[in-house]
Amino acid sequence: MNRVLRIAGGVAFAAAAVALVLVLPHWLSDAKAAEFARAGCFFIAIIGLNLVTGYTGQISLGHGALMAVGAYTTAILTADHGLRDLWTIPLAGLVAMAAGFALGLPARRLSGLYLALATFAFAVAMPALLKRFSGLTGGSQGINLFDEALSRSTGALGHVHLAGWTLATNDFLYYLTWGIGLVLSGAAWLLVRGRLGRAFRAVRDSEVAAASSGINISFYKTLAFAISGFYAGVGGSLFVLVSNWFVSPSTFTFDKSLLLVVGAVVGGLGSLAGMALGALFIQFVPTWAANLSSAPGAPSVFFGTAIVLVMILLPGGLGGFLLKLTEPLTRRLYTRSE
Amino acid sequence: MLVGVDWAGVAQQVVAGLSSGGTYATLAVALVLIYRATGVVNFAQGELAMFSTFVAWTLTRHGFAYWPAFLVTVLASFAGGIALERAVIRPVERASVLTIAIVTIGLFFIVNGAAFWIWSPEVKSMPNAFSTRPIRIGGVAFAISDLGIIGVSLLAVLLLWLFFRFTKLGLAMRAAALNPESSRLTGIRVSWTIALGWGLATALGAVAGLMAAPPLGSFDQNFMQPILLYAFAGAVLGGIDSALGAVIGSLALGVFLNLLGTYVSWVGTDLRQAAALAVILGVLLVRPAGLFGKLAVRRV
Repeated sequence: MNRVLRIAGGVAFAAAAVALVLVLPHWLSDAKAAEFARAGCFFIAIIGLNLVTGYTGQISLGHGALMAVGAYTTAILTADHGLRDLWTIPLAGLVAMAAGFALGLPARRLSGLYLALATFAFAVAMPALLKRFSGLTGGSQGINLFDEALSRSTGALGHVHLAGWTLATNDFLYYLTWGIGLVLSGAAWLLVRGRLGRAFRAVRDSEVAAASSGINISFYKTLAFAISGFYAGVGGSLFVLVSNWFVSPSTFTFDKSLLLVVGAVVGGLGSLAGMALGALFIQFVPTWAANLSSAPGAPSVFFGTAIVLVMILLPGGLGGFLLKLTEPLTRRLYTRSE
Repeated sequence: MLVGVDWAGVAQQVVAGLSSGGTYATLAVALVLIYRATGVVNFAQGELAMFSTFVAWTLTRHGFAYWPAFLVTVLASFAGGIALERAVIRPVERASVLTIAIVTIGLFFIVNGAAFWIWSPEVKSMPNAFSTRPIRIGGVAFAISDLGIIGVSLLAVLLLWLFFRFTKLGLAMRAAALNPESSRLTGIRVSWTIALGWGLATALGAVAGLMAAPPLGSFDQNFMQPILLYAFAGAVLGGIDSALGAVIGSLALGVFLNLLGTYVSWVGTDLRQAAALAVILGVLLVRPAGLFGKLAVRRV
C-alpha cells in the first residue's frame, strides 16, 4: 500500500511537472521562452552532474567541457556532414558519453580534491584545445550553423510546423529542451531508484562498505561519469540550438563548469525538482542582477550575494526547501498504511 | 644535443620560474591553511588577494611608498579575513563541505564584482617593490626583483611555519584542524581558530598579490585568476594537506611553466595552462595523494 501511494505520488508529481511545462509558454514572451529554453539545457546537464556528485559522491568541475563536447558534435555533424540538427542530439550524447567515460578514468585512482583538480584541468584545457584544432572546430571563430547549414537548422528561419501545429521558433526550442529534459529526468529517476542507484549511493556513502558488499567501485564510478556525460552532451547539443545555432570556444570556458556545480548545489543535490530550480537559478539570477544595476561589477556582486544567501538560509538548497514545504502533506501520505 | 644548451640562459629561466613559483607558493599555502581547517578549497582566495592588492594600489596613489602600503595592506587583510569568516563562513560552519565550497564561489563573484564596482575597469599599475637592476652572480645576470620575490615569499611561509610550530596559539590551531571534537573538550575555541586561519590566509594572499602585481606592468581585477589556478595545481601536486608539499609543488610548477614557455615553442600561451595541468594529472595518477601528501590507508 505504502509503495503504491509512493508511486502514485511520483506519477502525480510528474504529471504536474509535464502540465506546467506544457502551459507555461502561454504566459511567456518570445524572448522569455528563449531564456527558459537555455535554462532547459542547464537542467539536463545538471541532472547528469547530480548523478555523479549527488548520488555517487564524485566531485566534477569538468561538466562544462562535457557540454562543449556535445555542442561541437552537433555543430560539426550539422555543418560538415549534412545531418539535420535534431538528429545529432542523441549522437552528441553518445560522443560526450565516451568523453565522460574518459573523464571518469582518473576517478578510479583519485578522490576528493585530487579528482576535482583532474576534472577542472579538463574544463580549463577545453577552450584551448578547441582553438588548437581549428580545422575541425573553426578555431576561435566557432561554428555558425546559421551561415553554414541554414537548411538543416530546424526553426532557424521562423516557424516550425509539426504534425499540423505551428510553433514560433523559441516556443519550439522551449518545448524541445524541456521535453527532452523531462524524459531524461524520468530516465534518471528510474535509474537511481533501482539496482544501479543503490550501487551509486553505496559508493558515495562508504567505499569500503560498498566494496565488501561486492560492488565494483571503479566500474560504478566510471559508469556514473559516462551516463552523466550523456546528459551533459545532450544539454550541450541543445545549447547550440538555443544560442542561435552558434558555438565558439568562449561559450564553454571553465566558469560554465563552476556555474553547473553552483546550479546543482543551490538546487539541492539529490532532488530532481531541485535540479530544475537550480537550472532556473543560474539562468535567471544573473539576468535579474544585471537589471538591478548596470554599474561595472554590480551584477556580479548581486549574483554572488544570492548564492551565499541561499546557502546560508537553505543549506539543503532550493529542492531541500521545497521538500520541507511539502513534507506535512507527503508524510501523511506515506505513513497512513503503517 | 646537450652541448648547445646555453646554461646561463637556463639558470636565468629557472630563477624567473622560482620567482613566479614563489607567488604561487604563498597563495598555495593560504589554500592549504583553509583546507586543513575546514576541508574546502577557498575559490575566493585569489580574488581576496586581488582585492588586497587594489587596496594597496589605492594607498600608493595617496602618498604611501610601496613597503608601508604593503605592511598596512597585509595587516588590514588579516582583519578583513577574520571579519569575512565571521560574516559568511560561520553560518555554514556545520554544513557539508560542498555547501561551504559553493559559498566561497559566491564570495568569488562578490569580491570580483565589488572590485570592479569600486575601482573602475581600466588597468592599473603598481610601483616596483625591488630595484629593476640586474645583479651578476657567477657571471650570470639575474633580476633583483626575481630574487626579492623568492625571498619575500619564502620569508612569509617561514614566519607562518614558526608561528604554527612555536606558539601556543599555533599549536591550538593545529589541534583544532586535526581533531575539532577533542580540541573543543580541551577548551580550544575551534570556531575562532577557523576565523584566525582565514585571517592568516587572507594576509598571505595579500603578500602573493602584492608580489605578483608589479612585475605584470599593468593589471586588472582578473589578474589573480590564473595565479589561483597555478596555486591550486601546485598545492595538489605537493599534496593538499601538506604546507611544505604545497611550497615545493608550486616552486616546481613555476620553473616547469617557465621552461615550457621558453623552450617548447609549440605550447602557446593558450595551451600552457592545459599542458601544466596535464603533467600534474600524470603525476597524480602515479601518486594519488600528491608528492608529499599522506595517503589515507584504505584496503578495498
